[in-house]
Amino acid sequence: MDALELLRINLTSPMVLGFALGIVAALAKSDLRLPDQVHSALSSYLLLAIGLKGGAELAKVSPSEIALPAAATLLAGILVPLACYAALRRLGRLSVVDSSAVAAHYGSVSIVTFTAAGTFVDSRGLPSEGYLAALVAFLEVPGIMVALALAHSARAQSSWRSSLHEVVTGKSNLLLLGGIVIGFLAGARGAEAVAPLFVAPFKGVLTLFLIDMGFLAASRLRDLRQVGPFLLAFALVAPLVNGFLGAALGSAAGLSLGGATIFATMLASASYIAAPVAVRIALPEANPALYLTSSLGITFPFNLAIGIPLFHEFARWIQNA
Amino acid sequence: MNSPAGSKTPDALATVELERVTIVAEAVLEKRLLELISAAGARGWTIGDVRGEGSRGVRAGEWQGNVKIETLVSGASAERILTELAREYFPRFAVVAYIDRVRVVRGDKYV
Repeated sequence: MDALELLRINLTSPMVLGFALGIVAALAKSDLRLPDQVHSALSSYLLLAIGLKGGAELAKVSPSEIALPAAATLLAGILVPLACYAALRRLGRLSVVDSSAVAAHYGSVSIVTFTAAGTFVDSRGLPSEGYLAALVAFLEVPGIMVALALAHSARAQSSWRSSLHEVVTGKSNLLLLGGIVIGFLAGARGAEAVAPLFVAPFKGVLTLFLIDMGFLAASRLRDLRQVGPFLLAFALVAPLVNGFLGAALGSAAGLSLGGATIFATMLASASYIAAPVAVRIALPEANPALYLTSSLGITFPFNLAIGIPLFHEFARWIQNA
Repeated sequence: MNSPAGSKTPDALATVELERVTIVAEAVLEKRLLELISAAGARGWTIGDVRGEGSRGVRAGEWQGNVKIETLVSGASAERILTELAREYFPRFAVVAYIDRVRVVRGDKYV
């Protein structure tokens, strides 16, 4: 199957089309948005479902099997925010706080993009390492912390300690980590018992959630002018560079083609659930229009529509070379 | 009728004048603001999730939601809350705060 065909299949998946519906609704100033509580409930469902699946898969692998991918995750968790910070500060001439704030988002992971990569790989019939969800939890925290530490080293005021508390004890992290622990302890049989709720309806719920995300992403675009040409370009180039790095690192760590595609997507994606809250508390001077619009308004739709099939191509190219 | 002493008519409930402090702020600040008002002497509060628009733009949604906190306190506590808000939060966060004087039934519960 060639790259264009893959792109076509991805763009016509119910998930991506649902996302497009949300975008259209926002542009048409429709009242389509889900109530915040429903959005929050769906996001809890998705996080727990991902955690459970990852935990059950984690229970099946030996520690030695996961050691190299875990090391690659940690390396990426440090490397990506540092590289993003350097690009934003040096090339983009953004302030220290704005550079750190944006870098924190790109250093962390978008769970929804990660999930979309998983369903993309599944629907291609490619096997992938199920324990990658555990590595998402592992990547989320250092990615944000490295970027906040950068701001902290530049000026003394940032309250990154309370921010660490926010990230670790925040709902998204606890649900994901909690799901992993539950899935790990309950094992395959336990996972089977809850599968009717957490596996079968998963893609349908994801589609519903993505309609709402499309609406939110498009709503961010009104701040596009504040973002400026540099950050706009950054939001498109950073996922390409990080995705390529992810495909290479993942392949080097021994991940399968499907696994390396998902790993590349993890690195390429930018958080918009954990990171915005942590950054708002730690770096209140940073402009939210910059980090929310770039991560949610530009990088997220880009990855969902074009990035994921492209990262698959990167991984295939690297693994064939 | 169980009217406290000081009530003029036996059948009417006595009321006490207190300050109602209302704070509308970014939802991420909720925990911190509750610590602040509690330290300033508030003994209870009411919180609601709210949406709105102001000088900081439309504020709605999961990361940008607002909370509205109301508390009934003495004049001194109200002053302390506003002073703290002005020092810690007004410059860097989306926060609106206002005070009005209200007549409260069973006012001794609140100060």
